[in-house]
Amino acid sequence: MHIIAQILFVIALLAGVGFFARNIKRLIRNIKLGREIDRNDRAGERFAKMARIAFGQSKMVRKPVAGFLHVVVYLGFIIINIEVLEIVIDGVFGTHRIFSFMGGFYNVLIAAFEILAFLVLVGVIIFWIRRNLMNIYRFLSRELKGWPKNDANYILYFEMVLMLLFLTMNAADHQLQLNGAEHYALGHSMQAAFPISNFILPIFDGMTNASLVIVERTAWWLHILGILFFLNYLYYSKHLHILLAFPNVYYSKLQPKGEFDNLEAVKKEVALMMDPDADPFAAPAEDAEEEPEKFGASDIFDLNQVQLLNSYTCTECGRCTAECPANQTGKKLSPRKIMMDTRDRVEEVGAIINQKGKFEDDGKQLLDDYILREELWACTTCNACVEACPVGIDPLSIILDMRRYLVMEQSAAPQELAIAMTNIENNGAPWPYNQMDRLNWAEENK
Amino acid sequence: MAEALKVPTMAEYMAAGKQPEVLFWVGCAGSFDDRAKKITKAFVKLLQKADVDFAVLGTEESCTGDPAKRAGNEFLFQMQAATNIEVLNGYEIKKIVTACPHCFNTIKNEYPGLGGSYEVMHHTQFLKSLLNEGRLKVEGGKFKGKKITFHDPCYLGRANNEYEAPRDLLRKLEVELVEMKKCKRNGLCCGAGGAQMFKEPEPGNKDVNIKRTEQALEVNPEIIAAGCPFCNTMMTDGVKNKEKEGDIAVMDVAEMIANAEEL
Ligand code: SF4
Ligand code: SF4
Repeated sequence: MHIIAQILFVIALLAGVGFFARNIKRLIRNIKLGREIDRNDRAGERFAKMARIAFGQSKMVRKPVAGFLHVVVYLGFIIINIEVLEIVIDGVFGTHRIFSFMGGFYNVLIAAFEILAFLVLVGVIIFWIRRNLMNIYRFLSRELKGWPKNDANYILYFEMVLMLLFLTMNAADHQLQLNGAEHYALGHSMQAAFPISNFILPIFDGMTNASLVIVERTAWWLHILGILFFLNYLYYSKHLHILLAFPNVYYSKLQPKGEFDNLEAVKKEVALMMDPDADPFAAPAEDAEEEPEKFGASDIFDLNQVQLLNSYTCTECGRCTAECPANQTGKKLSPRKIMMDTRDRVEEVGAIINQKGKFEDDGKQLLDDYILREELWACTTCNACVEACPVGIDPLSIILDMRRYLVMEQSAAPQELAIAMTNIENNGAPWPYNQMDRLNWAEENK
Repeated sequence: MAEALKVPTMAEYMAAGKQPEVLFWVGCAGSFDDRAKKITKAFVKLLQKADVDFAVLGTEESCTGDPAKRAGNEFLFQMQAATNIEVLNGYEIKKIVTACPHCFNTIKNEYPGLGGSYEVMHHTQFLKSLLNEGRLKVEGGKFKGKKITFHDPCYLGRANNEYEAPRDLLRKLEVELVEMKKCKRNGLCCGAGGAQMFKEPEPGNKDVNIKRTEQALEVNPEIIAAGCPFCNTMMTDGVKNKEKEGDIAVMDVAEMIANAEEL
């Protein structure tokens, strides 16, 4: 009997982990659809930033309520993993509470897990209330309708159920230990180890050991199967941030926020144009075979890998959107939507590759089919979104790359901007003044 | 005082075989915009008062390319940068001060990758260093005790992490500094950045500068202090829109100091 359970467990475990590994592979493949970008410099600084922001949650707590609750759920998640390890060992070897040899310390551990589980439960319930019953601006945007809203709620329900199963399992186990049931009896008393599940003991009053075992085993199995399911749900969900927040922060931009990269492709061309010795009629260099470089981004292939990683990491929390001046004044731009659109498009492209083995043009692209020009032109490049993001995402870089495409590939700047640019080109100022008048102010009276 | 300011150019310095201590990068707004020109002049007076040996490029200065870059025209930006860097390097410029956070950011952060590396300071940083070195003295004067709020320019604050220099200067003026609910790293944009200054905003329910002005009005200031010619324009328009121009002034920090010194 036991051995069958063990075999089933191993199969479930391998299936769960295997499916997860397949998804991670796809994830990496999809991110690699983007252009390469070198962010392997300054490793020390990058590690420090990751420790502070991803591990230390330093940006989360800037919003005290959400931040505190998140830290609780986050700690719960990390610490309860020790329990999961025990469950896995027990499952594979048919043991019962294998770590209990630690005696008193084990009791302390289990008690701590119970308290955390309870706090997580409370935290998750408050999260649900905030998201569904309170009118919080960043949870009301149009991009949060449908799947994103459901996804967020599913995660919360899931966590609630997992915690309840954990506590039920403990309670039933405890009752069985008290009854001295075979297999459940441990070398030491776990009396002090169940500060929370103690409260649910009374519902087992009068139950036979056999029914208790069924309750305990059911809760145990559902708990671990739930975790395996959850692991695989990650890929399809904003919850992926629990894994990607770390590399995402690591690879985030270290330069001052105001510094936008100088496009290399443009550098070459400008150098050529400025060089008086360059022969405009010279035969094209040996790399003429290459396709001419595209300026800016109209689809995900033109974005870099960090930008695509950003899109998978986005938690859809909307802190960026809540701070965005354009969004706050009713304009269409929402930096969160920029990130969600990017991910949706990468996923769409990924699905084509899954199906056909390679990407075949589907007549769609990120620009226009997902992100509208009106959104792009509303941005003031103020960096409020970048500052607000708790996981180091840079929505602004995508906006800028798409503007670059509009202007340099399509000459599709709004007309007034086109005029300002012509002025810069001809007069050295965005206004139609003569460069020779630049010092006139010094001649004027004060 | 009706006489013209004496503003030496780099060309004159070069002709005399001299190098100034610092180049004052005036910027497009500071050169052409009537409101911003007042900031330029106020800053020049402070430089003169502190005996700073400075020069401007004058007609050799051109747009840094900031609005072009942020609108997505990387070509135009790099062309502008290349021209400016050629001029700056030709004069062997080491140190630059500017009253425009956009020029400041671009020259400081984006020019080095294109061959132009200089020590670049925002005018509030430079004024602060003059005070610290004792070359300039500032006292409260007419601003003492006045309720003043400072609007952080995105390209000085969030973009370059400088929140304190302008505030230190205001404190020197012994003002009552009150912060808006959105300030420093959470500051709200004035609405001009990213080349928005040169176009109509996209449709929405309000302009950004109005929203920002409302935030400023919430703290009931007598003066809204700014550190950017574009913010200055945006906030001035906002105050006008709220019909408060009789009660609330929008002033650059440099203007306030020059004003306190009755320059
Ligand atoms: S940088 Fe652009 S998208 Fe980001 S907050 Fe500012 S205006 Fe919004
Ligand atoms: S980009 Fe960052 S701040 Fe914006 S929704 Fe995603 S995780 Fe939140």
